[in-house]
Amino acid sequence: MMDSLILRTGVRLLLPLMLLFSIFILWRGHNEPGGGFVGGLICAVGFALHALAFGVRAMRLLLKVDPRTVLGAGLLVGILPGFVGGLLSGAPYMTSQWLGAVGTPLLFDIGVYLVVVGAILTMVETLMEEGED
Amino acid sequence: MNAWLTAAPILIPMLTAALCMVAWKHPVVQRGLSLLGSIALVAAGGALLSIVLNQGIQVVQMGAWAAPFGITLVADPLSALMVLIAAVMGFCVALHALGDIDPVREKGGHHAVFQILMTGVCGAFVTGDLFNLYVWFEVMLISSFVLLSLGGLREQIDAAIKYVAINMVATACLLLAVALLYGVTGTLNMADLSIRVPEVPNQPVISAIAVLFIIAFGMKAALFPFFFWLPATYHTPSVAVQAIFAGLLTKVGVYALMRVFTLIFTGDSGWTHGILMVMAGITMIVGVLGSLAARDLNRAWSWQVVAHIGSMVMGLAIATPLALAAAAFYMVHDIIVKTNLFLGAGLVRRLAGGSTDYARLGGLFKTAPWLCLLLFVPLGSLAGFPPLSGFWGKLLLVRAGLETEHYVMVGLLLVTGLLTIWLVGRVWAEMVWKAPAEPPAMAISTLSFGRTYLLILPLLLLSLITVSIGLQPERLLNLAGQVGHSLTDTSAYVQAVLGTTPSPQPTLLGALETEAMP
Repeated sequence: MMDSLILRTGVRLLLPLMLLFSIFILWRGHNEPGGGFVGGLICAVGFALHALAFGVRAMRLLLKVDPRTVLGAGLLVGILPGFVGGLLSGAPYMTSQWLGAVGTPLLFDIGVYLVVVGAILTMVETLMEEGED
Repeated sequence: MNAWLTAAPILIPMLTAALCMVAWKHPVVQRGLSLLGSIALVAAGGALLSIVLNQGIQVVQMGAWAAPFGITLVADPLSALMVLIAAVMGFCVALHALGDIDPVREKGGHHAVFQILMTGVCGAFVTGDLFNLYVWFEVMLISSFVLLSLGGLREQIDAAIKYVAINMVATACLLLAVALLYGVTGTLNMADLSIRVPEVPNQPVISAIAVLFIIAFGMKAALFPFFFWLPATYHTPSVAVQAIFAGLLTKVGVYALMRVFTLIFTGDSGWTHGILMVMAGITMIVGVLGSLAARDLNRAWSWQVVAHIGSMVMGLAIATPLALAAAAFYMVHDIIVKTNLFLGAGLVRRLAGGSTDYARLGGLFKTAPWLCLLLFVPLGSLAGFPPLSGFWGKLLLVRAGLETEHYVMVGLLLVTGLLTIWLVGRVWAEMVWKAPAEPPAMAISTLSFGRTYLLILPLLLLSLITVSIGLQPERLLNLAGQVGHSLTDTSAYVQAVLGTTPSPQPTLLGALETEAMP
């Protein structure tokens, strides 16, 4: 944890912006460069900055859930949409289904987003806890 | 329905792992999930094998993208057999882990990572795409890194670093080989490759790429001269992890060799299969000599893993239907026996107070006579005593070797068998007959009743499988025969994946004889 007023003030402004931007990148990845992986990284970096400025415990309070749970939930969100096509029309696993512009690939991307956030924050948490002890 | 069954070996362990991670804080839930997932995988594996045997090769195009553009999952007799046997090992080891894994490793996520390892193993078995195969190898490797270092002991980290280093090199080789092959042929679908590769005008390039594949898969399979990492790492993690590593991981490398060198690289078989033959011969001898030199039960078994990899690759290198059938039979036998031996060594270590050094062993017949009886089955099968499963595997290999006049290889195989009998006799003397160096540090009876059963049950199950294969080998022999024929005549595989009749295939070393199995 760095005790810096500038960083703390900056992070308060940056974190919401980064979260919004990460969601924008996730949505943009639907048809253009971007996607769940990059979006997830940006989101994770936002939280990691928060941990740097306010300490890892404050980050956990902000996040509300264990990053590992985020990881697992992300895996589930990534795996389950693949079944939708099979349930609707007997198509093989991972066949995309569309409802207008939104479809199962978007859900898969959200899954990737959550897995990346969960994995990076687990690492950040573990490493920084070790440093703070 | 069949399409889902073909994808099930990947989906079931992957879903189980995801659910285990959601329940990160609740080890009890994870235990239940791990067990349920393993049972479901065994059921799916059994159903898949019966469908493949009754209805022919099963193919599913992921996301409905037609081959050769999308990723194809293929279950042919070899894949289905390997999935089933891997699932049974996964179940036995998951059961053993319930009684054996300590709370620290459990909190570190043993169950979730174990299921991911199973995802990687099964994925490698059912994929029909070379790049996808590389991805499953990565999944397997990353999860095995975690399992290997879980617990964080000094010697574990030491082993994990060696393991990571050698596997990085192997992975780089594999990726390079895949990239080169893609550059030459423009496809990575295995069935499509088996048509395109013989059409490439520059055949020496193909031979060079084939050698890269031998190096990459040879490192994973621990073939000579790439075996040295295995005895340096396999004795360090927890017993359940050792057992699944020894049982399955190197065999995935052998499976990949079998797939690639029967389906894709068959044009220059004098060169590629000749290399495999030499490597197999030296691997057998080096492995068995190493196991005799070891002064520790776990290390001796690690060297034995290496030795018997050589036998399977010998079958692949001879490449007649009979030899490939023998390799498949031997692989099934060896997976069961090695898993059993490592689980047994874990129990012996418990009884001897945390060490499997020969000096600390002894008096097992007094402390645990029933365990001796159980351990005799895998030991006898390893040595190849009739009527246990190892005898039939060796018999098939010897016969395949004699038919194709590979007398040197048969000699090496028999010498390896003889030296293995020596090792088994010595282990028996050290472990069972010798007077114990000191009174046993910990009796098995100090464990709770339920945990003892969890530790013993997998051994019993695996020993029963070994005995039943040994007493009634016809079923597995017939199955192995089908595997052998499907590997030598790959037109059915190509037809199933691409839906077209392929041009005539180049023949393997005298593979066109369609002789019935013994």
